[in-house]
Amino acid sequence: MNYYDKQIECMPRSEMEVLQGERLVNLVKKVYDTVPLYRDKMNAIKLKPSDIKGLQDMHKLPFTEKQDLRNSYPYGMFAAPKKDIVRLHASSATTGKLTVVGYTKKDIDIWAEAVARCLVMTGANPESTIHIAYGYGLFTGGLGMHYGAEKLGATAVPVSSGNTQKQLQLLQDFQSEFLCCTPSYAVYLAESIVKAGMTMADFNLKAGIFGAEPWSEAMRNTIESKLKIKAYDIYGLSEICGPGVACECAEQSGMHINEDHYFPEIVDSDTLEPLGYNKTGELVFTTLTKEGIPLIRYRTFDLASLSDEKCKCGRTLVKLNKIAGRTDDMLIIRGVNVFPSQIESVLLNCVGVEPHYHIYVDRIDNLDTLEIHVEMSDKLFSDEAKEIDKLHKKLTNDMLSAIGVSAKIKLVSPHSLARSEGKAKTTTDRRKGKL
Amino acid sequence: MTVNQVAVFLENAKGRISDLCQVLADADINVFSMTIADTSDFGIVRVITSDNEKAEKVLKEAGFAAATSQLLGIEIEDKAGRLAQILAVLKQNDIDIEYLYSYITKMGTALILVKVKDIAYTEKVLADNGIKLLNHKIF
Repeated sequence: MNYYDKQIECMPRSEMEVLQGERLVNLVKKVYDTVPLYRDKMNAIKLKPSDIKGLQDMHKLPFTEKQDLRNSYPYGMFAAPKKDIVRLHASSATTGKLTVVGYTKKDIDIWAEAVARCLVMTGANPESTIHIAYGYGLFTGGLGMHYGAEKLGATAVPVSSGNTQKQLQLLQDFQSEFLCCTPSYAVYLAESIVKAGMTMADFNLKAGIFGAEPWSEAMRNTIESKLKIKAYDIYGLSEICGPGVACECAEQSGMHINEDHYFPEIVDSDTLEPLGYNKTGELVFTTLTKEGIPLIRYRTFDLASLSDEKCKCGRTLVKLNKIAGRTDDMLIIRGVNVFPSQIESVLLNCVGVEPHYHIYVDRIDNLDTLEIHVEMSDKLFSDEAKEIDKLHKKLTNDMLSAIGVSAKIKLVSPHSLARSEGKAKTTTDRRKGKL
Repeated sequence: MTVNQVAVFLENAKGRISDLCQVLADADINVFSMTIADTSDFGIVRVITSDNEKAEKVLKEAGFAAATSQLLGIEIEDKAGRLAQILAVLKQNDIDIEYLYSYITKMGTALILVKVKDIAYTEKVLADNGIKLLNHKIF
């Protein structure tokens, strides 16, 4: 099975643009009529639905921000009557209110189909057994992958997150071929397998579909060598649907976006001017077919680039290049932009340090300080202080040249840093209130 | 002959050395010798115990990074000038000492434990210079 929906996934660009244009025109009419926020936003810039005649008019439309969703909590931006809403999801609220999204029956179907396409991209078929270790609940990860697996006709194993011992047992007993979880949890699982005295020969894993947090190429290498699988990146966010917005194919060189439903743009994060292909900027999505809570030019705060290069897999869907970081979890340290993903890459490249680290940012005597705690391991340890000093210096120097700001590296006891079973929290910013 | 030692990584944090000793105590392991190499950021504890193999195992299980290594044991008279004489031989033969510590045996002799890169070569150099190496098991 090469494609889930060949007609769409391999559609010539010109046809895709016509389809997207028609859907956009309908969408704009619908939100103008049903969502007061969009009517107000459009009226404010004197834009009428009839001004939008196709994709070429996309740039005229106003942006949508996370704050718009928060302000309209819970149902203010729903375009469908409440009786048609069959499910709600909400995104984790690290600050302030949750953002809630509603799905109609058709929204759930389209989402499931998008995930089914992604699963096929990574090699799954109706015979596959898919172990889903994303959390089930308000978070879209678990249920999103679940519905996609069922849509494909594969066997979904709804394990949800946590209870690692049970995860290992079920992975072994059911001989699942596909693993879905966060990349940091995949690393944790690999460690747990070694600890339990098991080897990959006890399992039948072929591929992993990892998302919900940005991860580096170095982390992919670690996961692939430890779990002896192909590790694929999947992208999504609850505001757009959840996982399944985009996913890597066997080429592992960018994630094909299900752009017939979720239209991507890359814009300059300061000027918000659209950037073309192969330029890094902020990723923005327009949900072309959503009924529950359609969004126009929704700002994701994810930094990425798009590519329309012909893919060897045959798909014509544009590719989203690995998320370079988020404009909002970006740390600004002494004026320098630092992404946790850069720090992770340095650690991984530095003589095989396991990616267990925690970043502390503080402000001492009006100066930003960056301290990175890195776990010592049996592999790195030496009875000679000079050898450990050498490692310490290498980490310090490599970190400085990679991120452009000096960081204090502290080597800490093995397994002393908290392990995540969901989204990894790798940064503690203690500057709050000191700025 | 060589002497086996367990080296353990110590994070620069309160109570770590006490935790380490408690792990050994709970496993009924007796410590014969202990030295600490400390830097501003971390420490390395080096111990010789009644059961080094078991010590390494229980320490790792308790979450410490640990490794065993071989040291060269040189038994010398407890007398002024003897250590200087031996170290001069090593210096003349370009043998680098990674670290060194001493231990006084119950018989009143001093035991010098040296970490060198090439134990066999060092043994030969010392023997050629008439320096007595430890030739019986004292631990």
